[in-house]
Amino acid sequence: MGFVYALIAAGLSLIFGLMELVNFAHGEFLMLAMYVAFFAWLLGRLDPVFSFPLVALLLGALGWTTYHGIIRWVLGGPMLAQIFATFGLAVFLRSAAQYLFGVDFRVITDPLLGGRVSLAGLYVGLPQLAASVAALAAFGALYLFLARSETGLALQATAQDRQAAALMGIDTERMFALGWAVGSACVGVAGALLTMFFYVFPDVGATFALLAYVTVALGGFGNVAAALVAGVAVGLVEAFAGLLIEPALKYAIVFLLYLAVVLWRPQGLFGRF
Amino acid sequence: MRRAVPSLLLVGVLLFPVVFTTPFPRHVMIMIFLYGALASAWNILAGYCGQISLGHAVFFGIGAYTSTLLARHLGLTPWLGMVAGALVAVGMSQAIGYPVFRLRGHYFAIATIAVGEIVQTLVINWDWAGGARGLFVPIKRPDSLLNFQFHESKAVYYFIALGLLLVALGATRWIERSRRGYYFRAIREDQEAAASLGVPVTGEKHWAIGVSAALTALGGTFYAQYVLFIDPESVFPLSLSILICLVAVLGGVGTLWGPVLGAAVLVPLSEGTRVWLGGGGKALDLLVYGALIVLIAVLQPAGLVGLARARRPRAADRA
Repeated sequence: MGFVYALIAAGLSLIFGLMELVNFAHGEFLMLAMYVAFFAWLLGRLDPVFSFPLVALLLGALGWTTYHGIIRWVLGGPMLAQIFATFGLAVFLRSAAQYLFGVDFRVITDPLLGGRVSLAGLYVGLPQLAASVAALAAFGALYLFLARSETGLALQATAQDRQAAALMGIDTERMFALGWAVGSACVGVAGALLTMFFYVFPDVGATFALLAYVTVALGGFGNVAAALVAGVAVGLVEAFAGLLIEPALKYAIVFLLYLAVVLWRPQGLFGRF
Repeated sequence: MRRAVPSLLLVGVLLFPVVFTTPFPRHVMIMIFLYGALASAWNILAGYCGQISLGHAVFFGIGAYTSTLLARHLGLTPWLGMVAGALVAVGMSQAIGYPVFRLRGHYFAIATIAVGEIVQTLVINWDWAGGARGLFVPIKRPDSLLNFQFHESKAVYYFIALGLLLVALGATRWIERSRRGYYFRAIREDQEAAASLGVPVTGEKHWAIGVSAALTALGGTFYAQYVLFIDPESVFPLSLSILICLVAVLGGVGTLWGPVLGAAVLVPLSEGTRVWLGGGGKALDLLVYGALIVLIAVLQPAGLVGLARARRPRAADRA
């Protein structure tokens, strides 16, 4: 679970690092990714194991469109306008999903991967394990892209200093759009992986998005690698809180932990102001 | 001329229930007053002091739950419950302020979301307070001001809601003109500069959240007495916190009339789309609503008050 959280948070963190903007529709992007994966299975008999590149591609396109259709126009505006642009998008997407797909919980009934495997005495569900591995792999790919490829470096340069990057001949406008595309693609992969063991419904994004915000803030905004550590930490705390204290309170404990951490380090674990 | 506008407005809203005697228009007006008051309360903390809270539903819920629990267990009149709710909310706001005021910008906003979620989860799991099932406000007859319940007509609710809005506006006006209001705005514009000039930054932020929480809790008690049923989903959700600031943002943050204007536009819009397009579980009303929010954010980021302000100098140029 932690790795999937981390992947969701990484997409959010990437977008934030690039343009200091929190995408409040991130959870709804996840929800759409899950629906795409679900319908790929329902109509095309394509298991999420195979459909996730397709989902990532579609979500990337959605992110790109969102940037050009909405975000570009509010970038210069106050922080509140940015919050509400993405929040309005979230309400729109959520109710669009409800309108088109109904409110039923849907689940993939014959996933390719099922059952459990024993790992050093611990039982782990196979789909969960596969999702963790895939999420970790996606994370590695993201890291390589950011740290090794020229485009990735240009992206990082833009995140660091918009003007300087533009002076160096980087098309910052394109980088922003690309950041949205890559960030959304991350959530696409995460969504497709989640469908293997989680049900799909229009509001599914809400919980995951909240956890993603906390994960990003916990790791420090704009730091993609920190999102991985924070994501795993959130996943572990959630699991142990559910096991040791009270399952119903597990999210409250995650949020409490976050508040405790920011008391000690207001900028997040690895953040910079 | 400009001085006359508020008085004319007041006469207008006082005469409104005489002209419109059916429940629906009155309900819409009551909701405008309530959301106007809530958004004004939020505006004190966010608009003037610059601390964008996305967890104000916490104070709203505290107001609703405190008065309802006191009425159920001690038979206390909701009026005293309202005062108690405001006091509890102030206490809670000071406790919340301690960790979250160390944070800035997006970190602050997300921490307030986290606080909201913690409180909602705790109340859902708090069986004595009804848990996830919620609470009914004990029905009292006959209708009386003391009981704060009016089953015959919405007229009294109308005037109480109006009173609530006037209290919120009065508090805003008072803060706007006092030394404290200048401190708040200094903190909003530049916290370090304010601190270096001797503004007690953290103390002032605690003042802002305290006033804001108390006013929001009053609205919570009113809501409980108006709807007569509360549960964590209806008084503590994140969507309520966001709706409150949406109203203020639509009208214009950091202005006296912005929140009222925002409520006057948004409430009829959402009630209207709900009545015309809602129903059938299709969420068409929310679809329109979401699209409108995006449009507003893109086209008019300074809010409707900004629209009026942008007009005025141009009119002066022509003259």
